Amino acid sequence: MSTTQERPADAVEREIGRDRRRKEDQRLITGRTRWTDNITLPGMVHLAMVRSPFAHARITSIDTAAAKESPNVVDVLTGADLGESLGVNINAWPITPGQVTPTHSPMPSDRVAFAGEIVAVVIARSPAEARDAAELVDVEYDVLPAALDLKEAAAATGDQGALAHPDLGTNKSAYWVFDSGEAGTGGSVEDAIAKARTDGIVIEREYRQQRLIPAFMEPRSTVVDPTGEQLTMWSATQIPHILRFALAATTGVPESKIRVIAPDVGGGFGGKLQTTPEEWITWAVARRLGKPAKYTETRSESLMAGHHGRDQWQRLTLAAEKDGTVTGFKVDLLADLGAYVSLVGGGIPVLGAFMYNSIYKFPAYRFAVQTVLTNKTWTDAYRGAGRPEATFAIERMMDELAAEVGADPLEIREKNWIKHEEFPFTTVAGLEYDSGNYEAATARAKEMLGYDELRAEQRRRRESGDPVQLGIGVSTFTEMCGLAPSRVLGSLDYGAGGWEHASVRMLATGKVEAVTGTSAHGQGHETAFSQIVADRLGVAFEDVEVLHGDTQVAPKGLDTYGSRSLVVGGEALVRAADKVIEKAKPIAAHLLEASVDDVEFSGGRFSVRGTDQGMAIGEIALATFAAHNLPDGVEASLDSDATYDPVNFNYPHGTHLCAVEVDTETGALKLRKYVCCDDIGNIINPLIVAGQVHGGLVQGIAQALWEEAVYDESGTLVSGSFVDYLLPTAADTISFEIDHTTTPSTTNTLGTKGVGEAGTIASTPAVVNAVVDAVRHLGINDIQMPCTPERVWKAITGAGGGPTEGAAMPHFDASTGMEGTVDRTTGGTDA
Amino acid sequence: MIPAQFDYLAPTSVEDALAALAEHGDDAKIIAGGQSLLPVLRMRLNAPEMVIDLGRIESLRGVRDDGDAIVIGAMTPHAVVGADPLVAEHAAVISRAVEHLADAQIRHRGTFGGALAHADPAGDLGAPALALGAEFVIQGPGGTRRVAADDFFVDLFETAIGEDEILTEVRIPKHTGWGAHYEKFVRVAHQWPIVAVAATVRVDGGTIAEARIGLTNMGSTPLRARGVEEALAGQPATEDAVRAAAARATEGTNPPSDLNGDADYRRHLATVITRRAVLAAAGG
Ligand SMILES: Cc1cc2nc3c(=O)[nH]c(=O)nc-3n(C[C@H](O)[C@H](O)[C@H](O)COP(=O)(O)OP(=O)(O)OC[C@H]3O[C@@H](n4cnc5c(N)ncnc54)[C@H](O)[C@@H]3O)c2cc1C
Repeated sequence: MSTTQERPADAVEREIGRDRRRKEDQRLITGRTRWTDNITLPGMVHLAMVRSPFAHARITSIDTAAAKESPNVVDVLTGADLGESLGVNINAWPITPGQVTPTHSPMPSDRVAFAGEIVAVVIARSPAEARDAAELVDVEYDVLPAALDLKEAAAATGDQGALAHPDLGTNKSAYWVFDSGEAGTGGSVEDAIAKARTDGIVIEREYRQQRLIPAFMEPRSTVVDPTGEQLTMWSATQIPHILRFALAATTGVPESKIRVIAPDVGGGFGGKLQTTPEEWITWAVARRLGKPAKYTETRSESLMAGHHGRDQWQRLTLAAEKDGTVTGFKVDLLADLGAYVSLVGGGIPVLGAFMYNSIYKFPAYRFAVQTVLTNKTWTDAYRGAGRPEATFAIERMMDELAAEVGADPLEIREKNWIKHEEFPFTTVAGLEYDSGNYEAATARAKEMLGYDELRAEQRRRRESGDPVQLGIGVSTFTEMCGLAPSRVLGSLDYGAGGWEHASVRMLATGKVEAVTGTSAHGQGHETAFSQIVADRLGVAFEDVEVLHGDTQVAPKGLDTYGSRSLVVGGEALVRAADKVIEKAKPIAAHLLEASVDDVEFSGGRFSVRGTDQGMAIGEIALATFAAHNLPDGVEASLDSDATYDPVNFNYPHGTHLCAVEVDTETGALKLRKYVCCDDIGNIINPLIVAGQVHGGLVQGIAQALWEEAVYDESGTLVSGSFVDYLLPTAADTISFEIDHTTTPSTTNTLGTKGVGEAGTIASTPAVVNAVVDAVRHLGINDIQMPCTPERVWKAITGAGGGPTEGAAMPHFDASTGMEGTVDRTTGGTDA
Repeated sequence: MIPAQFDYLAPTSVEDALAALAEHGDDAKIIAGGQSLLPVLRMRLNAPEMVIDLGRIESLRGVRDDGDAIVIGAMTPHAVVGADPLVAEHAAVISRAVEHLADAQIRHRGTFGGALAHADPAGDLGAPALALGAEFVIQGPGGTRRVAADDFFVDLFETAIGEDEILTEVRIPKHTGWGAHYEKFVRVAHQWPIVAVAATVRVDGGTIAEARIGLTNMGSTPLRARGVEEALAGQPATEDAVRAAAARATEGTNPPSDLNGDADYRRHLATVITRRAVLAAAGG
């Protein structure tokens, strides 16, 4: 049974639960801080990459002579020049023992496998001179047939259909299955479907998860300094610790000789959860020259060569009884890996595998994914990573089921979801959901939207044939977050654990350093973690300094992704802080001349029970630093560490409702209202949570309506700039109404659940459900994402709403009357 | 992104600018607000050796009244045009178009003349200029000439401005008292129009006496929807009458296909958007 709480009455007195403004924002917003590209070291050289314009080609020659002659060029190097020193880029999660994994050289010397792959690096005294010289590198290619379309690639044999890597003989990388019948967590899905075909309902659909680009604000950048005893890499990364490990594992430099620093990092959304060719090349160049080296990508390079996300076909079969009780759900995925198996790679769809059953009590479930190699940019984590895809699939299907049964989509969901008194609940995917209250969140969301009134308006508009139709979209989502119990990761063959580490250091002046192994890149950890530590130790919020993102300052950690920082990293901090208190207690007792058993700690003070005697923790810290009068055998330090490995994921959930107006004359869509009631357990900082939810919503809505990475038939990224990759701005969104129910998680001390991905996961199906709902009476049951006005209009007029095709808009082409300098046959452009 | 290296001149008179153009010929490019030129240079789609900046030529800036026309200097930023009372009074469809052109930053940098000289068929100013029968004042080594709007736009990114010439100002015949509307169809706010329609009409006692309609992004240049104009003349400003006339918006168009829509969809949009623009201009 889950208890949904009112916030404690004394909440305002404490740091936890307060709307603290983010400590880090002044420096982040003004940019007066240490972004990687702001770092300048004595004697530093600058790199520019020469990239392949072709999706798949053999490199027949690289002529660097002219580039080497260019002013202030230090050197021009190819894969052949750098050889073994380059190392390789690794896949940390082979999802099956037999996974086909192409070797990924950061700079191949024989063959390129996607447009944007690096074939040479120019090193010069300035970034401009490096870029100028990169234009002069003359690369000759033999173009090879490219595997581009996901479905065709999955079926290709080489004789028929192109192979992304001909030497592998197949584009199929791995096939991974979860079957509740085999796992013993449920029945057989085939039986359920067979039964439903005779006396129930079977719904079969195929959905496209279009390819997306993380499009973080700060382009990726790397600086490597080889001049000290240790090699130092600064990188705009989410994962300094994993990066250090991977550098050691693949470039032959001992881990103890490597320091990785993620200074302030401007966003990631999963896009900086990667170990990149650019980092490896900068590393190799700096080592070879013995000089500090910097590489900062352009926005075009970022869109083209930073990893992409999603890109799946989902074949779905839902079996139900006639009344809408679901009896089985079967999921068959094709997932596009792009040209290489990235760091998490095929693990992304697998992270979704446990979520397609979502908040529902399905008796049978089967998930299978075929990962496929193509000649496109590699894919990896993108906000939500597997779980948005899962949520989209099931929430779209629940709406289809409701339509089939003729019931309200919320009623169909309630019929199937886990009731709040049934927690903890073991799902058909084998996870134990600790807590939740779907009824409460849904009731609140309905009230916020004015659900019944809008349904009435929808009826009126339908009856009058209004050219503007109204749709109401529902998404009742859950997700697993707080990656991750190490044992679970081990059972899935992931290459690392999921614990997190923290240290709390009491300084002599009473200030506190809280060190976390998570690595913030815009989330606000410094603020939220300060609030937690301030409450725990009873010190002022301002007195806590949160340190992170440097393997020398925070030597242990597993970084930030998967909504893990608070629920795993925050818990580690709580435990480290508690150890500080434990260590301080005997010292306090000694100084207060009391027995340890009589000393209690509260509000930052150790006091002797039943007396007015006491000392603040800061005073104990000073006394410990002086060490003049410590009890025998007690060390002169309060500093403490904790490594916390979660025993379970946690499961935030929420009900998102959205109203969309569809202009049936043009297909234009207008968001009318968006409300959500999320249950993320106890909230540390409501302001930060609101920021995460709002940003997440926009990102998820953007998948529904605007964003798509499109390749043309030659494998060029057509949506290669923000003119064509439609990233929304504030002008495109509406004011969201957000609220919370609070059902504390039972798996961590703070009772918190992850919120970093919630908005993104929930909102995409809410919007698409609303769009489809608006036009369902016209005989439409799907519109492919992004739901462009053109697709909507074509669906309405019966012209179909197929894949996005066509060229980019030509606003910035070689239009200004002169011959351009681009030569597609020789590459070397920064397209 | 870093452009290839170039030299830079910032003359203070049109004569000096023309002399520089003559001297450097093919190797030179004029820069106005740079909002279209700089992306092209930064993406290295073009690499002029000399960039001639018109930003210091004061005479090219501002809006003035010249009898039966208003005159907009080529270097007048969009934001200034958008806020100008003369433009609002006598050429309101331009004010309407500027409101939704790109975003505030670009409106403060980009210029009226730069946008028209760039001649992007998706640019928002071509259709209004065409609808209003603008005259383009072009200065070259041989002096100054005036080109009618119908002859100014030649093709995709191509105008009547010669390589050794500069667009100095644009004369807009006054359309005082005309109703005006610019209807722009986009997916996100800061986008170029997928299709847009500039409509300005003179309504006399509930009847559309005259209409001028320009189409954006329905061909390789901005287009005048003459069929619609003809069909509207003398019609009542009613939904039905305008709908019938707007159906002719596709005549003579050759719209592009791109990620935002194919040609058929654009043709359909043109009829809907034309109807809406005309009704709004006529006092809706
Ligand atoms: C992100 C973005 C979004 C945009 N969205 C829109 C939009 O929605 N609608 C829209 O209409 N525009 C849009 N624009 C373009 C904007 O209007 C530009 O300002 C305009 O196209 C060019 O004007 P400019 O003054 O910046 O000219 P520049 O970029 O400086 O020059 C453009 C071209 O015109 C030539 N030129 C400039 N002035 C003269 C002159 N006086 N004589 C001869 N040749 C000249 C230059 O040599 C160059 O070839 C957008 C631009 C950007 C960057």
